[in-house]
Amino acid sequence: MSTIVLLAITGFGLGAMYFLIASGLSLIYGLMGVLNFAHGAFLTVGAYATWYTETKLGGIAVAPRFLLAALVGLAIGTAFAALVEVVLIRPLYGRHIEQVLVTVGLGLCVSALATAIWTSDPKFVSLPRWTSQTTGVLGASIPNDRWLEIITAGVVLTALELFLRRTRYGLIVRAGVENRAMVTALGIDVRRAFTLVFAIGGLAAALAGVLAALYFGTVDPQRGTSLLIFAFIVVVIGGLGSIGGTAVAAVVVALVQQFANYYASSGMGDLSVVLLLAVVLLVRPRGLTAAAA
Amino acid sequence: MALLEVRDLHVRLGGSHVLQGVGFDVAEGGVTALLGRNGVGKTTTLRALLGLVPADGRVTFGGDDITNEPTHRIVQRGVGYVPEDRDVFSRLTVTENLQLARRNGDGRFPYVYELFPELRERGGQPAGTLSGGQQQMLAIARALLNENRILLVDEPTKGLAPMLVAQVAHALERVCDESTVLLVEQNLTVVRHVADHVVVLDTGRVVHSGPARELLDDRERVHALLGVA
Repeated sequence: MSTIVLLAITGFGLGAMYFLIASGLSLIYGLMGVLNFAHGAFLTVGAYATWYTETKLGGIAVAPRFLLAALVGLAIGTAFAALVEVVLIRPLYGRHIEQVLVTVGLGLCVSALATAIWTSDPKFVSLPRWTSQTTGVLGASIPNDRWLEIITAGVVLTALELFLRRTRYGLIVRAGVENRAMVTALGIDVRRAFTLVFAIGGLAAALAGVLAALYFGTVDPQRGTSLLIFAFIVVVIGGLGSIGGTAVAAVVVALVQQFANYYASSGMGDLSVVLLLAVVLLVRPRGLTAAAA
Repeated sequence: MALLEVRDLHVRLGGSHVLQGVGFDVAEGGVTALLGRNGVGKTTTLRALLGLVPADGRVTFGGDDITNEPTHRIVQRGVGYVPEDRDVFSRLTVTENLQLARRNGDGRFPYVYELFPELRERGGQPAGTLSGGQQQMLAIARALLNENRILLVDEPTKGLAPMLVAQVAHALERVCDESTVLLVEQNLTVVRHVADHVVVLDTGRVVHSGPARELLDDRERVHALLGVA
């Protein structure tokens, strides 16, 4: 029982990270039709900015230092994403091949740049002691960082839903996912919404970078790329443009991965996720919740 | 001076030269009907005026050159658009569709609800679950929510049952009383009721332009130009 609880909550923690990356990816594709292969770079930028800031903040207690560094990481990740949209993506709307080339290239550049500057060795992040302690639940000792990851993803999910349902920009995004041309024909400059969605996606990905540092205890140049692959799977399973679907798919993918890795063998988790993707594509080609934006 | 002046408008789509130098004026305060057989470029003309398809030529609105302006800026000048296929946002509720269309201030909700009471009753319903007629009402209401200087209305009665055609036509008559309208419409009965001027297109060119009554009363000419009696 305790093993199942541990695997489930760890799965939810991993799912939280998948959700944070995939939610931005899903909105960006849903609204703009951009397959953003550079999304993992937003995570990398956020994670490295957090780690680097933390190393430069001497003389402060670990907890406030990590918090401060995380805020800097989030700000830099968000600004980087907005800049990418304005400078690289905006001139390429409607040109899908070029978008793929540019975003793949940018993703490779960012990880290569991080490797060149800081080597490919994982960088250890000093974390508040509480995060490495455990809490007992039904006989299982759950690392506290998992709770933080789950709560953060829950807060982001709620905030995104409120943004989409209760704000005018959210209304524009939901309408734009459905029919971008008609949104402009109502007199709305949809490009502002594009930049905003990219920035929100960047913020969520940078947050995933911070949480990945918590989850794995380190920052490395390839983390963004490896998590991005699963985020794409989550987006396809959840249904493009659907935040609720993305959340459900992120949890399902992470749980399948965790349980398969434990009860089958290490590596079976990744294979099981690919099999799950194949089944969903066969049964519901547009994803679990394709109808809901 | 005309409110809208279109000169030598050319549109090329996917290798086809759809509009081949279209030119006409829309007088302020009147209703100009853009007529023609299927596929002659009527919808493309409206989309080109709004900047929804790339076009060459010159379009002036209220004396300002709006050629190649972004669509949202053209609309913000006071251009309302009712598209051919309604294009309501099916996953958004009726109220959300209307709220999205509101450009400045509070929007003329009382006016559109008086015109289409059903939209108030169905405010919380996803627009995709409305009937074709109700979706058409929503598409028209969306354009009427703001005070526009001109409305571009594309086949508002297309595909509707006869009873709904009458309802939409009645609403259209009221709209035409208070606003300049460029109307694309196949239903000549509706055109006869509302239009002051007509412009007839054929294979991407203007082949006739003049008072509506003059053309519509000439059955032979109508048959020759539009293929209907």
